Amino acid sequence: MKITICIGSSCHLKGSRQIVEELQRLVAENDLKDQVELAGKFCMGNCQNGVCVTLDEENFSLKPEDTKSFFENEVLKRLK
Amino acid sequence: MLLFDTYVQKLKYKVLKEVAIHAYNDTLRDCYLDIPKVISPGPESELRCCIYKERAIAAERVKLAMGGDKNNDNIVEVIGIACDECPVSGYKVGPDCRGCLAHRCSSACPRDAITFDEKHHAHINPDKCVNCGKCASQCPYSAIQNHVRPCERACKVKAISQGENHVAQIDDSKCIQCGACVYQCPFGAVQDKSFLLDAIQMIRESDDNKKYKVYAVVAPSIASQFRYAKLGQVITALRRLGFFNVVEAALGADMVAYQEAKELSEKGFLTSSCCPAFVTYIEKAFPKLKPLISHNLSPMAEVSKFIKATDPDAKIVFIGPCTAKKHEVQLPSVKPYVDCALTFEELQAWIDSRELDLPALEEDVLDNASFFGRIFARSGGLSDSVKQALAEQKNEDFILNPIACDGIEQCRLALLKKEKNVLKENFIEGMACVGGCIGGAGCLTHGDKDKSEVDKYGKEAYEKNITDALAQCSYHMDK
Repeated sequence: MKITICIGSSCHLKGSRQIVEELQRLVAENDLKDQVELAGKFCMGNCQNGVCVTLDEENFSLKPEDTKSFFENEVLKRLK
Repeated sequence: MLLFDTYVQKLKYKVLKEVAIHAYNDTLRDCYLDIPKVISPGPESELRCCIYKERAIAAERVKLAMGGDKNNDNIVEVIGIACDECPVSGYKVGPDCRGCLAHRCSSACPRDAITFDEKHHAHINPDKCVNCGKCASQCPYSAIQNHVRPCERACKVKAISQGENHVAQIDDSKCIQCGACVYQCPFGAVQDKSFLLDAIQMIRESDDNKKYKVYAVVAPSIASQFRYAKLGQVITALRRLGFFNVVEAALGADMVAYQEAKELSEKGFLTSSCCPAFVTYIEKAFPKLKPLISHNLSPMAEVSKFIKATDPDAKIVFIGPCTAKKHEVQLPSVKPYVDCALTFEELQAWIDSRELDLPALEEDVLDNASFFGRIFARSGGLSDSVKQALAEQKNEDFILNPIACDGIEQCRLALLKKEKNVLKENFIEGMACVGGCIGGAGCLTHGDKDKSEVDKYGKEAYEKNITDALAQCSYHMDK
């Protein structure tokens, strides 16, 4: 599974770094490094709705405080 | 507000703009010979002896705007017919000589080259004079002056001399392509090649970033540029020109500072590797010190490498204050990461060729780097950042003792001391331009407030320290 976080200027100002850090922490904490790959991208073309995050091909719009529930409800749920 | 410091820059800009307009209209191949007539409409000549010479020089500028002489590897070229063959007379006694009685000038002269006429006025015998300057330093009226060609005075690596027919010539074995002569020649007879056409083509062929995405990497010295508009408006202009996204080179500077701190504490001594002209200078003038150059890529190359890790098909255009960067992007170690380098001068011409009115545009945002990455644009910033990186790495064993050199003369002295093992500092921050990158030859303007503008821009960064700025790319750096 690949999670891509937008780190373009607009998303960066909305807290993409905090999301990256939180996801890294959650992935490590749950020992999922082999299953979940984190990646960055400069701009996903949807700046108004940042922070833009894609989970495989699906788009999400996240705030830093949503990261944990995103991880539990979307990431963990999809893991097989 | 003045767009440029000099009319020479404006001339270059006018040519670049015309070339860009024709490129977009797909008329360049048919019309490039007409551009000189647009630049110098005549019928009277305004700048040279006749309109034909004026246009012939403009034609040479067109060639340089279109990439210049492909057989000449040097980014900097002399436009022979534009060189005014400035007189070179060395030390001369001027009208301020009062015919005093002390004759300190002649006492100071080691070659007995000074004679006096019946009014006690001094005269220098050019056959005996060795241009040591001792007479000039002694004259209480400052009546003796050294007449040096502006290009030669600007060139601190002594790569420019008088060639055939008194036309300036560049010694490529010494030239570091810093562009000082380009900025200083009062006749615009030395000019940097432009790769603006490559950038325009790259964007047009991307089919609106559908085939591949084109990113602009912008140097932090932009903080002191385009002062008639807001930085956010320049970012909007770059998006309008067709760039998919704009990224701060300063993020690469954060990466460099972090890695430089580690390499430095391991090795105990380093010179910086950010400034391509400084690196070339070491290679050419102090080859023995080459192993001491930091192994890091420059901030430009480092951030471009990262962008290409996130998007392998990306194409990258660097935009900054530097002519030497145009050479750096051709190096085998950098070529895979950066596809083209432009100056702020060229960006101004590009923006105006598309009739984008900067002050009228909405503001976009640019924020990728920390305060420390951003202050790389001015002298001393790199040293401050390495110090900060050592602190963030909690490295208390290594005591940083940096020497920040701006301008080749300062760099030369520090390198000379290092070569003779008498340098007490353990880190040489070398920037070829005076003031650092904000003094670059490709800047639109140079002013006293540039440094404070950079610091202000640094303070506006969302990230306050290097570790936080790098956290967004940490998954990449782990690999």
